[in-house]
Amino acid sequence: MTKPLVAIRSVSKSFGEFQALKSVSLDVWPGEVMCLIGASGSGKTTLLRCINQLAIIDGGGIWLDGELLGLREQGGRLHRLSEREIGRQRLKTGMVFQRFNLFPHKTALENIIEGPLQVQGRKFDEVRGEALELLRRVGLSAKANSYPAQLSGGQQQRVAIARALAMKPMLMLFDEPTSALDPELVGEVLAVMKELAKSGMTMMVVTHELGFAREVADRVVYMDQGAIVEQGRASDVLGAPREERTKAFLSAVI
Amino acid sequence: MKPAPALAEGFPDLSGMRIAREPHWLRWLSAALIILVLAAIARAFANGQIEWSYVSRFIAAKVILEGIVNTMVMAVLAMALGIFLGIVVAIMRLSPNPVLKTVAAGYTWLFRGTPLILQLLLWFNLALVFPTIGIPVLWSARAVDVMTPFLAALLGLGINQGAYTSEVMRAGMLSVDIGQYEAAQAIGMGRLRALRRIILPQAMRVVIPPLGNEFIGMVKATSLASVIQYPEVLHNAENIYYANSRVIELLIVAGLWYLLVVSILTPLQMLLERRFARGTLRFAQ
Repeated sequence: MTKPLVAIRSVSKSFGEFQALKSVSLDVWPGEVMCLIGASGSGKTTLLRCINQLAIIDGGGIWLDGELLGLREQGGRLHRLSEREIGRQRLKTGMVFQRFNLFPHKTALENIIEGPLQVQGRKFDEVRGEALELLRRVGLSAKANSYPAQLSGGQQQRVAIARALAMKPMLMLFDEPTSALDPELVGEVLAVMKELAKSGMTMMVVTHELGFAREVADRVVYMDQGAIVEQGRASDVLGAPREERTKAFLSAVI
Repeated sequence: MKPAPALAEGFPDLSGMRIAREPHWLRWLSAALIILVLAAIARAFANGQIEWSYVSRFIAAKVILEGIVNTMVMAVLAMALGIFLGIVVAIMRLSPNPVLKTVAAGYTWLFRGTPLILQLLLWFNLALVFPTIGIPVLWSARAVDVMTPFLAALLGLGINQGAYTSEVMRAGMLSVDIGQYEAAQAIGMGRLRALRRIILPQAMRVVIPPLGNEFIGMVKATSLASVIQYPEVLHNAENIYYANSRVIELLIVAGLWYLLVVSILTPLQMLLERRFARGTLRFAQ
C-alpha cells in the first residue's frame, strides 16, 4: 500500500497573537496535484511555508517521504534539527515564490545551476546540460544569459520554476505563482505548471486561479481562518460546495 | 457616431516659433564676483610669506615620496582589515545568536565611542601595560619590539574602521530583500553560504559609495599616525620643516599629495560600482 508523500498532523502555527494554523491535518499522495484556495490570511501560504520549513511550526508534526521535518525524537523528547539537516530536508521540496525571488546578480542559467553546483556539489558540465534542458522545457532557451531584470514577470517565474526543478525535488510547492503577474502573462506560467503536473510531479499550489484548479487539480482544499473547511475533487468543491463558507468565498471570487 | 467637431478658434499654431534663451544676468554676475574673490585670494598668497620654490623643491623629494607610499600602504591595509572586521561583525550583529549579537554591539560601542587618536596612542603604548606579550610557554617577546609604529597604526586604524564599516555592511545586508534569503534557503543553502553567494554580492552594490567615503576618510586619518612616529607623508613633511622652518610650504606639499590621491580614488570607485551593478541595468551586461 502506498504511503502519503506528505503527512500533516495537527499542525498549529501562530505569529504573536494571530493563529495562522489551527490543528491542520492533511495527506498529500505521490503524483497528486493539490490546489489550496481561500481568502488571504486563511493559512494556506503558511501551511506551504511550514512544509518547506521557512516557517517553523509550533505544534504537531509534518512527515515528508516518511521523515519527520525539523525535529527528531530521542529518549522520549523532541529535539530541533541542526540548520544543516534542515537544509538537507529542504532539498526534497522545490519552492516557487509569489515574487519570483530570482537572484538579480545572476543570469537565468546561473540562477538555475547555483543550487546543484554550490549546495549539491555536482559537476559544472553535467549541471549546465540539465539547466539548458530545463530552460528548454519552460520555453526560455534563448534567455539563458539574460539577467532577471531583462525578463518579463512571466519569464522570471518560469526561470524560478526551472531553478526549483534543478534540485530534483519530490514535491513542488507553489505560493501564489501568478498573483504578481500582469494578466496577459499568467497563461504562460500556468502552461508550464500544467506540463509539470502531466509529467507526474507531486504539487501543492496555493492559487486564486480557479480555472487552473478546475482543470489540473486532483484535489482542491478550501481553507479559512487557519483551518481546512472543505476538500475534495475540484468539480465537487468548486462546482457543488457543501459548506456555507466555501459557497460565500466562491461567489465572492467569481 | 457624431463627426469629430472642428477645432475651436483662438488657439494659434505655435509649432514654427522658437523659445528664446533667458539671459541669466544674475548667474553671470555671481560667477564674475566669485572669480574676483578667488583672484584676490590667489594674489594674497602669491604676495604672502610663501616661498613657492620650496614647494616645488620638496613636492617630489625622496622623503615625501616615501611618506606618500607609506600613507597609501597603511590606508589600504587598514581599510582591508576594517572591511574584514566590518563584514564579520555585521554578520554577527544579524545572527540569531544573542552572544554573538552582544559581542558585536559591544565592539562597535567601544571603538566608535573613543577618539581615534586616543586608540592609536593606547596601541603604541601597550608596552606600559604589558611589558612582555606572547603565548605562555611557546613564545614571548618584549612589547616595545613587537608594537612598532606600523603595527600600532595598522591595529588602531583598522580596528576603529571595522566598527564603522560594520554598520555600513549591516545597512547593505538589510537592504537586500528578505525573499532573497528565503530563495537561498529554499535551494538548501545554509546561512553563511547564502550570505556569501547571494546576500553580500547584492549588498556590495549599496555599500560601495559609503565605503568609498570611508576609504577617503582613511587616507586622511593615516595622518593621525604621525603622532606615534609612523613615517607617513605628514610626519615626514613635519620632520623637514622642523629642520628648515618652511612650515607652510611643506604643509602645502603634503596637502597637494592628499588631493592627488583622493582625486585618483574617485574614478576607481566608479569602476568598482560598475562591476557590482551586474544585472541591475536593464540593457547593460
